[in-house]
Amino acid sequence: MTEQFTLTIQSGKNRLGEQEGFENIEIKPGNTLSIVGPTGSGKTALINDIETLAQGDTVTGRRILINGEEPPESFVREPAFKPIAMITQNTRCLADLSVKEFLLMHIRARKPGREDLLEETIALANTFTGEAISLNSRMSGLSGGQTRSLMIADALVIGDTPILLLDEIENAGIFKDRVIQSLQGGNKAVILVTHDPYLALTADRRIVMKNGGVASVIEATGQEQHLIEDLALIEDRLHQIREKLRQGAAFSSTSSKVLMTPTGQGLQLNRV
Amino acid sequence: MKLLIIAGPPSGGKTAVIRQVIKNLPEGSLPAFLKIDVVHATEDQELAEEFDIPVKKIYSGDVCPDHMGILVLEDALRWAESLSRNILIIESAGLCLRCTPYTTYSLGIAVVSAVSGTNSPLKMAPLLALADVAVVTKTDLVSQAEKEVFRESIRKVVPKIDIVETNAIQGTGLRYLLRRIADHPDIGPDQIMLRGAPPLGVCTVCIGKKEIGWKNHFGVIRPLDMPEPLYRGD
Repeated sequence: MTEQFTLTIQSGKNRLGEQEGFENIEIKPGNTLSIVGPTGSGKTALINDIETLAQGDTVTGRRILINGEEPPESFVREPAFKPIAMITQNTRCLADLSVKEFLLMHIRARKPGREDLLEETIALANTFTGEAISLNSRMSGLSGGQTRSLMIADALVIGDTPILLLDEIENAGIFKDRVIQSLQGGNKAVILVTHDPYLALTADRRIVMKNGGVASVIEATGQEQHLIEDLALIEDRLHQIREKLRQGAAFSSTSSKVLMTPTGQGLQLNRV
Repeated sequence: MKLLIIAGPPSGGKTAVIRQVIKNLPEGSLPAFLKIDVVHATEDQELAEEFDIPVKKIYSGDVCPDHMGILVLEDALRWAESLSRNILIIESAGLCLRCTPYTTYSLGIAVVSAVSGTNSPLKMAPLLALADVAVVTKTDLVSQAEKEVFRESIRKVVPKIDIVETNAIQGTGLRYLLRRIADHPDIGPDQIMLRGAPPLGVCTVCIGKKEIGWKNHFGVIRPLDMPEPLYRGD
């Protein structure tokens, strides 16, 4: 299942009742797609349709196929067989459990018998977040960024699925560059909702949303490469300033020149 | 006649699930709806207006609502039959969650919200344990991992229960529940029985006597230092 598969999105209708601006979108391992559009344009609804493997039973009427067919019921209903992991925008977890209990229960649902994944998950989560998460923390007591970091690590290690859906990972102040690096491994199909120009442009394809439906799908042709390189430099500078701020730095007008000098240690962003 | 009994805590999404069920029933279905509540409910009028179906409501007042439901169920079936209906949907009040209003021949549906806390399935164990289907609502409000952990928590209580996850406002995922309802057989010829024995404290507290202390009450009572409850009265 993880080696060869094609996920197909069959078009539905937007909020105005019009057919969406595509027929089928086919997604294969290693593909990256970004989903862009104003708030309320249906971005989250699109990845929700994919996550629930909708069969015309959501407001959009879209159908999601795997290898050209309606997926078996177990893909939808049994987490252990589900080929999709999704990181939602939620920055709160309501579960009244410790981090350890939560992860162990999720391992039981997704990867029974693999309790060894516990340490790996928490270690990865702690590379994304500034303040370390401990196994004894309460899930409901984690900060927004910690919750997000843990959910991303959970999706990568415990989920470890061929399809990964991410809803606005750039929020919540986590180390985005490290998250992106972690996503690049493992020949996954990555579909991300984003307002971040760099993330949006570096994807193979860009899905543009409007009025609750897909308005168009733009293929990366290389013509935007120059812009991507410019953005990488801007990202790098922003990253440095942000980190200095977070460490308590104060800036004088003369220090701005220093900040404009690339250090070469910032983002090492390859194609996502 | 098919019988659907829908139970679950207040504000868990029972009515939203019922709305989707009525909207998507197989062709030829003629539903009737009974709502049992304690002091206030408007679901009956809402559903009557929205779907133009016969509805009934009963307020249990001082009596335990599930107790009331058990007493009126037979009459309710007659009522639905007299109107030539072929599916009766009963929505419980959803209070102490110790009762299991499901009966033989019915399809027992427990509705629980994904935001109700990981341990909530343990706390409402009897309500889930004797149900046929657990419908988990509001799954759009939690992360995927949390949804799956909640599911695992239900499995801990009832390992084999059919779990349907939904955003009931939109109806996402309810196709599995609707299939189950479509496949469910009609009521058979035998006496309809409760599946479990609910802990119905049939006592003078249940009928509204407010004094504290067992000496002031009759029926099933319990002094603090007595290991088992006992019956006091005629």
